[in-house]
Amino acid sequence: MDQLWFQVAGTRCNLACSHCFISCHPKNFSFGFLSYDDFKKHLDESIEIGVKEYYFTGGEPFLNPDMTRILVETLRHGPATVLTNGTVLQEEWLDRLSRADRDSMFSLEFRVSIDGITAAQNDPIRGKGTFDRAMQGVKKLVDYNFLPIITAVRTWNPNDDLKIIEGFQELLADVGYLRPRLKILPTLQIGAEVNRSGGYSAADRLTHAMMEEYDASLLICNHSRVVTDRGIHVCPILIESADSLLGQTLAESVKPFPLTHGACVTCYQYGAICSNATTQLQNQKRPIEPKSSL
Amino acid sequence: MDPPNNYRRIACLGGIYSNYLALEATLADIQSQNVDAIFCLGDMGAFGPFPNRVFPLLKTHNVQSIQGNYDDSIGNCLDDCQCGYTDPRDNYYAQISYDYTLKNTSEEHRRYLRNLPKQIRLQLGNYRVLLCHGSPRKVNEFLWESTTSSHFLKSLCRDYAADVIATTHTGIKWHRVLSDDQHLVNVGAVGRPENDGHNNVWYTLIESHENQLKVDFIPVHYDFQRLAQEIRDEELPEQFALALETGWWTTCLEILPAKERLKGPH
Repeated sequence: MDQLWFQVAGTRCNLACSHCFISCHPKNFSFGFLSYDDFKKHLDESIEIGVKEYYFTGGEPFLNPDMTRILVETLRHGPATVLTNGTVLQEEWLDRLSRADRDSMFSLEFRVSIDGITAAQNDPIRGKGTFDRAMQGVKKLVDYNFLPIITAVRTWNPNDDLKIIEGFQELLADVGYLRPRLKILPTLQIGAEVNRSGGYSAADRLTHAMMEEYDASLLICNHSRVVTDRGIHVCPILIESADSLLGQTLAESVKPFPLTHGACVTCYQYGAICSNATTQLQNQKRPIEPKSSL
Repeated sequence: MDPPNNYRRIACLGGIYSNYLALEATLADIQSQNVDAIFCLGDMGAFGPFPNRVFPLLKTHNVQSIQGNYDDSIGNCLDDCQCGYTDPRDNYYAQISYDYTLKNTSEEHRRYLRNLPKQIRLQLGNYRVLLCHGSPRKVNEFLWESTTSSHFLKSLCRDYAADVIATTHTGIKWHRVLSDDQHLVNVGAVGRPENDGHNNVWYTLIESHENQLKVDFIPVHYDFQRLAQEIRDEELPEQFALALETGWWTTCLEILPAKERLKGPH
């Protein structure tokens, strides 16, 4: 197993983005915070089975009061990436984390979600005032010598990608971030996104023919699992699907998962959408021609 | 006399990237190091000019090579280098470099590249050594020092029955001693400085000395100004020449994890 994810904030988020694939918002309690003890139990098991790196997500991870402590402990054992909306970061946490990062041989990566290069582009999706607040978060991270990966969901025409990248470069330079790292993601048509742009159709399913000569190691379920307060799920995208819960230990969860969801098609099409690789794998990009479903 | 795959002291180099002048200087230095064998862990071509000039040097010095992702691509005339870059800014320069290298590598050398082994196993004293390009499981896997846990490396040693795994691919040297005297050694690259502001490149000596593993990274100085000029004369991107002159990476930066990226200014 390469990546172990922790759904540290469950489905709780201070924002309620209209494209969120697990419908996180301030009052979504369907998944709870992960306790430090639960995190530590699974971290210890991950060391036994040889996990390569760790990711932390939510909701908004920094709503979990143990988040800083969890990251500090992780950095003693391996690299950590935390996915945040950048709007709640406190100087005290960043001070502690920058010291932990400096003392560790492993990288601490921050991914900050901003869905456009203007408030007019971002705020209708992420909420009023979130563009300015996220940019302030980026500035704080840069001030603490982090190199955050700015993550934007492609809610624009794909032909505008390069224009958007240039726009981000100019925008981020204004807050002192002179070598911005950017990751552009496809939308996942589940959760709140279904109401925004419509969900996957019944035809959006992987087929045996599509998997021929495909490097299946790029699918996140091939090399990752995610820990929630309910147990171990197949991937961070599908936690709300009943069949995604695979067991209570990592050992129990290491088994093949049928690629029967619409979101599996997006993962297949772009590859590496959840890991830190900065945009989709161009060469892996596949046309979608559904035939018989798996 | 030791059997052919049982050695005491070996030299390992990787990531030549068509830098034939650095390769020449590296092989000259190795002559004074009293090694039993020389191994190249792949990626003969990339950034530099005149890719054909690398191969006679490898042959003359009896270098045993394995196939990197670039070698597989060039050898089999694929569309791109399979480096594993995922950002359009990285891929832009990688593709310019690849198209030039493919166009300027002879069929004789492409045949050599496509017939190289993927991995080499050898014995170094008591140590079982596995030489590979990216990782034992994937030719273009990036094993960066700051994003690879030690328990993951232990699992690789277990799964691939090795005490020492030697790689290149990232172009930055590192060595981690694991429990039970197991080791990961990234042997670095001779084709490009390692983003530290110095012009020299690196190769690696690995030795079993009184049943202890000894790993030494050796700096190599060469005529980087001449190579930079040849890059310009061939109308390859100015960024490739600047990387050699400044010692700072100027392209293919987006793949770097934060810790490695922060060591350079770009």
